[in-house]
Amino acid sequence: MANPASLVKYVLYLGDNNLILSQRLGEWCGHGPVLEQDIAMTNIALDLLGQSRMYCQYAAELSGSNKTEDDIAFLRKEQEYNNLLLVEQPNGDWGQTLVRQFLFDSWHYYLLHALVDSKDQNLSDIAQKSIKEVTYHLKYSSEWMIRLGDGTDESHKRMQNALNELWRFSEEPLIMADYEKDLVESGIAVDISTIRESVQKKRQDIIREATLSIPEDEFMQTGGKEGKHTEHMGYILTEMQYMQRVYPGQEW
Amino acid sequence: MNLRDNFQARIDRDEKIEPKDWMPDDYRKTLIRQISQHAHSEIVGMLPEGNWITRAPSLRRKAALLAKVQDEAGHGLYLYSAAETLGVDRATMLDDLHTGKAKYSSIFNYPTPTWADMGAIGWLVDGAAIMNQVPLCRTSYGPYARAMVRVCKEESFHQRQGFEILLTLCRGSEEQKAMAQDSLNRWWWPSLMMFGPNDADSKHTAQSMAWKIKRFTNDELRQKFVDATVPQAEILGLTIPDPDLKWNEEKGGYDFGEIDWTEFWNVVKGNGPCNRERLKARVDAHEKGAWVREAAMAYAEKRKKKQQQKVA
Repeated sequence: MANPASLVKYVLYLGDNNLILSQRLGEWCGHGPVLEQDIAMTNIALDLLGQSRMYCQYAAELSGSNKTEDDIAFLRKEQEYNNLLLVEQPNGDWGQTLVRQFLFDSWHYYLLHALVDSKDQNLSDIAQKSIKEVTYHLKYSSEWMIRLGDGTDESHKRMQNALNELWRFSEEPLIMADYEKDLVESGIAVDISTIRESVQKKRQDIIREATLSIPEDEFMQTGGKEGKHTEHMGYILTEMQYMQRVYPGQEW
Repeated sequence: MNLRDNFQARIDRDEKIEPKDWMPDDYRKTLIRQISQHAHSEIVGMLPEGNWITRAPSLRRKAALLAKVQDEAGHGLYLYSAAETLGVDRATMLDDLHTGKAKYSSIFNYPTPTWADMGAIGWLVDGAAIMNQVPLCRTSYGPYARAMVRVCKEESFHQRQGFEILLTLCRGSEEQKAMAQDSLNRWWWPSLMMFGPNDADSKHTAQSMAWKIKRFTNDELRQKFVDATVPQAEILGLTIPDPDLKWNEEKGGYDFGEIDWTEFWNVVKGNGPCNRERLKARVDAHEKGAWVREAAMAYAEKRKKKQQQKVA
């Protein structure tokens, strides 16, 4: 029997990834390089936000108190968020945003396909509902990786720089936290070893097609899944939590 | 009958003018000016609300706001496409915006310092826009009229959503209600200015009415807006910041105070609180996106060549 605390941590991990990445993508709204892509990126932000709400609602239910999705999303301290370091990284230029998106989607897609078989019915349902959206996200970010990697000299250089910058965060989703290991035994969490090859192959294929190269001997940064974040996280939360902190306990 | 008379006769019969039909040059120019200005307003209009996406107070509000601002982008797209049917391309229209040659609605040059502004913009700004836009669904130029049908459906949803944001604040704490009142105080007069100068001072109105591009005058629309909005303010329990506002039984509408036209022209000329910031944000997005647009073109070109080689 898995520790109930592990399930809470895992649900928060999955929800926080979507919440924080959506927060980052929301920063682009109205500032995209061309109207059609502004709309597309906002679509992805909306999908991820919708998915994070399902996890936050589940986490609220698991808390056993009368907490709401907003209490879960807005009223935790930095160390209580379990998102990957990758998703909290700044948008940078459009290329960096797309590389971040691709590194995320190329894991998220396979994770959800496996999570459908979770013995936890709620997680299985959320995964089922999210797959269609995330299939589109992966298609979108893969196509743009290739388009910009194999576009002009400048775009190629920018994409390679972005990949060099973000690659160190690419391994974290493939390393299981203790709470994941605990839940794998009871069939709740995805055993990462079952999807690792698919994720890596997808990344290699797209990066190769984009005429880019994977940085070698990069030291892999981890910690987000356990609440140890980069310095960016505090600023994200300061902005995101502003209203809830200044006007506590009110209806909006 | 000559071309011009024939054109006017079609307008008088309420026929729609379509892109390939003959039209007077000044009809075309008026439409390009109006539709592109409208498209620019949608795009610049994303900015004051976009401000609050990262700070929205709840997940539900965040999702609704993201979707709303995305709708504005969609409206911009339909409208740029409608303008393109008149023979002007989007890049030219954007250049005109960025150099200040083309205008956008002055309302977006006001700041959004509080969350209540997300309510006030929906309720008042989208509300005023709807007054202007519903008659445009019957405007004489077909592509514009059809774009407006879609735009209006979404705008009326936005208007209700804005009202509902304010209603929640007005039913909340004293602090929240004060936030709503402060926002109404700031947005009321600029919203009335959205209808443009008084009819006597409006240089385009008469011709646009004859061409049935416009169906009502600025002052008629402004009056309709005031009459529709005052009862809504009463439901909210908010006070409209106009001591001269009172019901006029005889005309069956409200009398209201004089608009500060000095402020209006000042903002039109570029001296509003956020004119520089709004334009700079648009220019920055365009310039920083140049490499993405160029790369997408270059990639498409490469693909085409590869396919041609395959065929050969």
